[in-house]
Amino acid sequence: MNRFLLPLGVFVLLAAVLAIGIKHSPDKGIIASPLLGKPAPQFALPNLTDPAHVVRSSDLKGRWYLFNVWGTWCGECRAEHDMLLQVHQAAVVPLIGLDWKDDDAQALAWLQQLGNPYESVAADRAGRTAIDWGVYGAPETFLVNPQGVVVYKHVGALTYQTWTREILPRVSRTTPAGS
Amino acid sequence: MKRLRTVVAVGVMLAALGAGEAVWAVDTTKLPDPALQERYSVLTHELRCMQCQNESLADSPVDLAADLRREVRDQLLAGKSDDDVRAWMAARYGDFILFRPRYSWRNAWLWGAPGALLLLGALVAWRIVRQRSTLLATDYEPIEEDGHS
Amino acid sequence: MLPEFGHFALILALLLAALQAFFGIAGPALRRDRWIAAVIPAVTGQAVMVATAVACLIAAFVGFDFSVAYVAQNSNTSLPLFYRVAALWGAHEGSLLLWIMLLALWSVAVAIGARNLPRHFGARVLGVLGVVSFGFLLFTLATSNPFLRLDPAAADGNDLNPILQDPGLVVHPPILYTGYVGFAVAFAFAGAAMLEGRLDQHWARWTRPWTTAAWCFLSCGIALGSFWAYYELGWGGFWFWDPVENSSFMPWLVGTALVHSLAATDKRGLFKSWTLLLAILAFSFSMLGTFLVRSGVLVSVHSFAADPARGIFILAFLILMVGGSLALYAWRAPLLKSSAGFELGARESFLLFNNVLLVIAAATVFAGTLAPLISDSLKLGTLSVGPPYFNPTFMVSMLPLLALLSVGIHANWKRGRLEDSQRTLLYTFVVAAVLGCGLAFGVYSHGKVLTPVAATLGFWIVLSSLVDPIDRWRRGMSVSRAVLGMTVAHIGLATAVIGLTTVQSFTVEEDLALSAGGTANVGGYEFRFLGVKPVDGPNYSAVGGTVVVTQHGAPVGVFEPQKRQYWVKHTVKSETAIKIHHGSNILLALGDDLGGGRWSVRVQIRPLVSFVWLAALIMAIGGALAASDRRYRTARVTSEGSEGLSARQAG
Repeated sequence: MNRFLLPLGVFVLLAAVLAIGIKHSPDKGIIASPLLGKPAPQFALPNLTDPAHVVRSSDLKGRWYLFNVWGTWCGECRAEHDMLLQVHQAAVVPLIGLDWKDDDAQALAWLQQLGNPYESVAADRAGRTAIDWGVYGAPETFLVNPQGVVVYKHVGALTYQTWTREILPRVSRTTPAGS
Repeated sequence: MKRLRTVVAVGVMLAALGAGEAVWAVDTTKLPDPALQERYSVLTHELRCMQCQNESLADSPVDLAADLRREVRDQLLAGKSDDDVRAWMAARYGDFILFRPRYSWRNAWLWGAPGALLLLGALVAWRIVRQRSTLLATDYEPIEEDGHS
Repeated sequence: MLPEFGHFALILALLLAALQAFFGIAGPALRRDRWIAAVIPAVTGQAVMVATAVACLIAAFVGFDFSVAYVAQNSNTSLPLFYRVAALWGAHEGSLLLWIMLLALWSVAVAIGARNLPRHFGARVLGVLGVVSFGFLLFTLATSNPFLRLDPAAADGNDLNPILQDPGLVVHPPILYTGYVGFAVAFAFAGAAMLEGRLDQHWARWTRPWTTAAWCFLSCGIALGSFWAYYELGWGGFWFWDPVENSSFMPWLVGTALVHSLAATDKRGLFKSWTLLLAILAFSFSMLGTFLVRSGVLVSVHSFAADPARGIFILAFLILMVGGSLALYAWRAPLLKSSAGFELGARESFLLFNNVLLVIAAATVFAGTLAPLISDSLKLGTLSVGPPYFNPTFMVSMLPLLALLSVGIHANWKRGRLEDSQRTLLYTFVVAAVLGCGLAFGVYSHGKVLTPVAATLGFWIVLSSLVDPIDRWRRGMSVSRAVLGMTVAHIGLATAVIGLTTVQSFTVEEDLALSAGGTANVGGYEFRFLGVKPVDGPNYSAVGGTVVVTQHGAPVGVFEPQKRQYWVKHTVKSETAIKIHHGSNILLALGDDLGGGRWSVRVQIRPLVSFVWLAALIMAIGGALAASDRRYRTARVTSEGSEGLSARQAG
């Protein structure tokens, strides 16, 4: 075996790795969530629209839900809002909102003006819950199954593609009748 | 039509927060114990700001970094160890948040590389020197007296 | 009109590069003298066309031509002239044009120097350079054309990124790229040797000055980048092991190994295939760096806009160039043998150790830089690698290198005769240890374990390097430029070691909350905060703070850090106030308004940090001296197109 072939051999391996890297690069901004396949983090936060009550993760067990992190300061969230209204209208999976480090009055006004796609909104004023969910840039949406396990995470504005290709199939696979 | 970057929400967030921004966090957090302060400083420099490109928690001015720094401080004050803090962060954000790769079997190739290469290099050098030393006996070629250049 | 003219010039340059490549490689292979004669005109023509394209783009910037997309993205009506020109290389497309222009300039330089080379060999060198030029020109025209028009033209531009609005932008990229691209010359020499099927000591002698020159520029370029980051970003850091920084550091490490390996090949005809490989690898790392920075596969503060399409193109180019040359290497290298011998304590041994350690260092940096990518691609999870990995692992190979330098510098060729230098070694070590510990414990205090060790190694290098030149000078012997250059370069390295050791061990950093009139004591200095006031600049408005600094009552300076808001991009930039006092840098940065007249302020005192950049300058001067040694200028080949040279060809 010609040992002078070694540099070429190493390079071929490197090129393969780089090629795979490029293939994955559109996803570069998305860091794989360590929560996938793990139980959703517990939380109990004041309900934005109904301050007397608390939104609890334990109450949500037994059904699918979409956990959407947003804020009025977030431009992409504004862009995704129409999609969320569509999801709400489809009435397949409920949307639970997490209002991340936001001003309550502004958030309420936002929902008033633009429509409220959420079944309930938890107000995370300190940001502690968002950190528990590993949120690093709004908007982010998590799909949680009836057993309370996170099965999918979408970073960025929710798109129709993601809804039809990633979320609906997962929901309908185990609950053929829908929610 | 301008070329579109392959934008992900994070990318947009970065742009919105100003990836071109050159401000750094001035973190006036003071922990009561100098040893704790030192550990705080080391940890916040070792943890990555997840919203930024290659900045540490210590240096990043974004809100999330401030929140996470506060978390580090609270945990240290509560008596947690450095590893506890790292594990807590990694459980939520993945190993990507650690600038110091974990000491695990999966990363063994990375941490072991310098040592292994050193060993290999020593072996190669040894072989070459031995080979050339034996060739010395048959090498009659004169060289210029200029010994050092 | 002008942008189209520039575009056209670029296309012509592409064609000329193709001709340069074709004639340069096919000419000698098929022994067509007419083709060989056409190579230099092709080189010249290409350079003229590229220069024309650059001139057109500069004209577009200076003339505020916002119908050109690139100009609109990187300039603005309020941008000063200085920066409008430098904005040429402020982003991806323009920086590629800069790369191409520098390659053309190096090619012209080589064409001039080729008078002293055998005709066929010289043609081949230029031919290989033509291939590289062609690749980059094609890449630019196909994916990154700076002359694309905006229709309708923008009313005003996006403005240059404020971080780049600094004198550093004017010098750092050009000098850095000159170094990066310069290694293409060594690569071309290697390619020509492989095409020819021959590599001898003459080859090494021709290649040395070009390699050293490129190395000088790269050293300065990297140091300028570090210096610029330090002053412009201003929070005290000067090296972050960021992937883009590593992309320039890896070629530098390999280039340094190459410079030393060439010495052995030149002197004794040794390590031929290894030197050949290094010459290929140095430029390969440059190109790999280009790929990493522009393809979006790595996360970095420096990376240009990510674009997978560009990434694929560069990868293809990389595979062809690097893969091709490594395949050629596998074919030709087995023929390169030498029967020279040397003993363990000989100079050659130490050059071997130098190479092994430098390559290990480069491999370590490589592993750390690519680890996230490798881990991700092989589905091993996301990984992130930063200074906590690079700092300790880099030292694993560097500390032995520094120690071996001080010993090996006394070794003679072939038979080291180190026994003759035993006393010298001992004396220099002792003095170095005294100086090192003096610095670590006397001047400063409370260093870490490695501090006196590293300081001692640094001083030892200085002393060891000076022994031979001083000895020669005292005996009335001449000191050749080569020896002088080597001495100066090694002292430059020692300067870096001492500076880095001091900075890493003795930096004082504190974040303070101060109210107007408040004072604080940090690192032996007193800081009195006088409050903030609004300040206006040419294209920004700022909040300026004033801090009076004294040392034991004696005035040190008045610092005026600012926080600026740029009008166009609305970005905020912190301007750190930096002053030098007795060898230490004092840095003051304004933080946030804490309310009630209180502001957070970051204070840093960094001793001897300037040594780090001074070191690069010293090393570059040493390299320049060495490269200009007489023996390179008198290396002429008299017979035309001769295939056989001197009797010194090793079999």
